[in-house]
Amino acid sequence: MSVPILKQGNVLIASIQTALTDTEVLRLQDELMAQIGRFRSRGIVVDVTALDVMDSFVSRSLRAIAHMTRLRGAETVIVGIQPEVAFAMVQLGTSMEDVHTALDLEEGLALLESLGGEAERGGGG
Amino acid sequence: MAAAEARIAIASDDDVVAARQAGRRLAETLGLGTTDLTLLATAISEVARNITAYAGEGEVVVRRVELDGASGIEVVARDAGPGIADVERALQDGYTTGNGLGLGLPGARRLMDDFEIVSQPGVGTTVTMTKWARS
Repeated sequence: MSVPILKQGNVLIASIQTALTDTEVLRLQDELMAQIGRFRSRGIVVDVTALDVMDSFVSRSLRAIAHMTRLRGAETVIVGIQPEVAFAMVQLGTSMEDVHTALDLEEGLALLESLGGEAERGGGG
Repeated sequence: MAAAEARIAIASDDDVVAARQAGRRLAETLGLGTTDLTLLATAISEVARNITAYAGEGEVVVRRVELDGASGIEVVARDAGPGIADVERALQDGYTTGNGLGLGLPGARRLMDDFEIVSQPGVGTTVTMTKWARS
């Protein structure tokens, strides 16, 4: 089952609908990297609200998406990590310290907007 | 009365998802809280992935257990793969011979209440771990 990716302005929104296998996670990673080039997107939001487990593989893959996106001049925000999933991630020891996160889609989009604004000011416009 | 045991053959990444979902379903019948269900499912995911990553195939068995009036879910992840030469090291954060983060075994140990690993090079690896229901 592939993850639908929605293009909204200059942002890509990937809404994970169901538990993903490792293969599907890697496919999502490839698909996002391809689309960010094709659409010249400035940001990605990955909505993980539906995930009841974020193990070390998923966490590592989401971090990889965020890092690769940044190397291409865009930003990624992970939204919707459920409270018990966050608890498990801390116990497991997966770090998302260098990855932007937000409570939900709305806050994620707002965060991307503020990050985009900073980048433009920083670039001297 | 729901089945007290589920056995999942592990050979692909679909099976990793199937194993953690089976474990969660069985634990739900025991009345584990949502946080414990998530910790259990995450731990199963880690040990099941170790099977596909290092041994290729094996099995995960989840079952209800009782001890001194306490109820729990026991997970046994078993393979006949290459085994682990240095189990102590494999339980340290960040140590891996694969391409992961080295969090699988030490992470699973932190997520569960009881955790035991028996491994012999050339013979295989068995991880036995339990999550107890809080009474």
